[in-house]
Amino acid sequence: MKRFGWIVAALVFPAAVMAEGGHGMRLEKADIDIADTASLQRGAQLFVDNCLSCHSAKYMRYNRIGQDLGWTDEEVKQRLIKGEAKVGEIMVSAMPADYAKTAFNGAVPPDLSLTARSRGADWLYTYLRSFYVDPARPTGANNLLFKDVSMPNVFWREQGMVMPVTHEVVHEGGAKEIVVDGLRLEQPGTLKPEEFDAMIRDLVGFMVYMGEPAQLKRLALGPWVLGFLALFFVIAYLLKKEYWRDVK
Amino acid sequence: MNALRKIFYWFDDRLPISHFWNAHLSGYYVPKNLNLWYFFGSLALTVFVIQIVSGIWLTMNYKPSAADAFASVEYIMRDVEWGWLIRYMHSTGASAFFIVIYLHMLRGMMYGSYKKPRELIWIFGMLIYVVLMAEAFMGYLLPWGQMSYWGAQVIISLFGAIPFIGPDLALWIRGDYVVGDATLNRFFALHVIALPLVLLFLIGGHIMALHEVGSNNPDGVEIKEHKDAQGRPLDGIPFHPYYTVKDIVGVTVFLFFFAIVVFYLPEMGGYFLEKPNFVPANPMQTPEHIAPVWYFTPFYAILRAVPDKFLGVVAMGAAIFILFLLPWLDRNPVKSIRYRSTTFKALLGMFVVSFMALGWLGMKPATPTLTLLAQFFTILYFGYFAALWWISKNEKTKAVPERVTR
Repeated sequence: MKRFGWIVAALVFPAAVMAEGGHGMRLEKADIDIADTASLQRGAQLFVDNCLSCHSAKYMRYNRIGQDLGWTDEEVKQRLIKGEAKVGEIMVSAMPADYAKTAFNGAVPPDLSLTARSRGADWLYTYLRSFYVDPARPTGANNLLFKDVSMPNVFWREQGMVMPVTHEVVHEGGAKEIVVDGLRLEQPGTLKPEEFDAMIRDLVGFMVYMGEPAQLKRLALGPWVLGFLALFFVIAYLLKKEYWRDVK
Repeated sequence: MNALRKIFYWFDDRLPISHFWNAHLSGYYVPKNLNLWYFFGSLALTVFVIQIVSGIWLTMNYKPSAADAFASVEYIMRDVEWGWLIRYMHSTGASAFFIVIYLHMLRGMMYGSYKKPRELIWIFGMLIYVVLMAEAFMGYLLPWGQMSYWGAQVIISLFGAIPFIGPDLALWIRGDYVVGDATLNRFFALHVIALPLVLLFLIGGHIMALHEVGSNNPDGVEIKEHKDAQGRPLDGIPFHPYYTVKDIVGVTVFLFFFAIVVFYLPEMGGYFLEKPNFVPANPMQTPEHIAPVWYFTPFYAILRAVPDKFLGVVAMGAAIFILFLLPWLDRNPVKSIRYRSTTFKALLGMFVVSFMALGWLGMKPATPTLTLLAQFFTILYFGYFAALWWISKNEKTKAVPERVTR
């Protein structure tokens, strides 16, 4: 019995302890709350105001957001839809792909419907908070987690001016390299650092929701299914016990 | 009531309904001492049904083309009513199938269920396992994510390592020079009809062969050797109702754990649904780390442990094929681990540890240290079979009881 339990645990448990991917940089915990509807609503607003102008979310429909986050179709139209789109339509970017290509040096901004699932919430949270000023880049910004990313620092007004903390490494042969150790807030933005973090958390929360809108329903349904199975177990067990009474 | 009875007899006179019921359920005797390990057979059948039923519903909205496949899966996840549930049942079912099958096989190895007269049951079981691997592999391509695509690319290229016919064989499997629309279409056909049909026949054979000789048990004694005056095994009880009610309990417990995964951990931390698979397949961009799904990784580790690609493929094939020979490699007539030597117990423990270690190593990038470890455990994996053949001939075993113990 003991051995059995051990083997089952050994087969199943490793699945629960997978490490996050990243390039040596420690990811910070996004710590989002998918049940916090107000946070998801703020995140949705941030997403359409800031991300949707260049990115698309082509697997997501506007009215699905309304249905899940408690907005009527009319509210969805007012808050989320900038152009001519109907509420039942998918969220496509306002920017044509070939324009985007020239604007971002050949990189088309990726679709964001599933980014939270492919990268993870912690990655997104860390990434959006890791931009810094780098005059060498065409956008004037670089990113500590995603080096030489084509995306500009969209939230620079809110975050303020972030400068890299660097030191110079001299390689053999005299080649010099500047290594970024960390980031420092040079000039405060319109938000305090903790307010900025909370804003990014709202946005990441919404992106996690958008990666799998059904998760709200899934998590709500789970206890009922498990409760039914637990109850059914009692009945099935008693039935088994009754039948097996005569087995000597 | 009388009319119903008449209708039943009308059919029963023309179709062996009651005969079948009696032969395989109410009159089929099973040892009364089966323990927890014996749940996994009925659980495997449960998962098979889950996969068939959820698969049928997925097929109603899935589009097997390179252009539409990924989007159609997202359509199922978002716009199809209950589509997410059906999809998660299917994706969780795939992993659950292998967990259940691996424990079922380990049960057979512990209690010597592959031994005479049950060799053919084991062979059928192994065939089911091999076809199941093909079924899982082809199903994994269908969502058309990055890992689907590159996993298939890597595995199919292994066939290319076979001398002379290899490259043409790989081309023939893919139907194209790279994994593409043609590959997706044929994998879909094989996944939804050809292989499930083969599985169905093999499962039928597995159960028919089982019912011909009867179940083994944790004591490894033959219950048919001690019968009462009516010819019923003294240590046996009819499958129905005793084991039907018992298996219902087992299935309920299984479904409880299954539901925990479906409702709370559908990705299982990236093991059941891998993160890169949420990015559509892109033939121009290789992911930084390609690893097969967890249930293939022990064999993948063996493949990579061998420095030569072709010999690696051979070693991987041999790792699976050698299991077919188990009934003849184990020369000890004592079936159950309860009455076998400490050496046997240690060897089986070593085998289980090696298999799990290889499974872990197969998920990791192949660094020199990890490759060395994989080579070590590959030797232990094959060492089990060699050592078993060697020690089982003159193994010092305990006395096997005449009748089952409780």
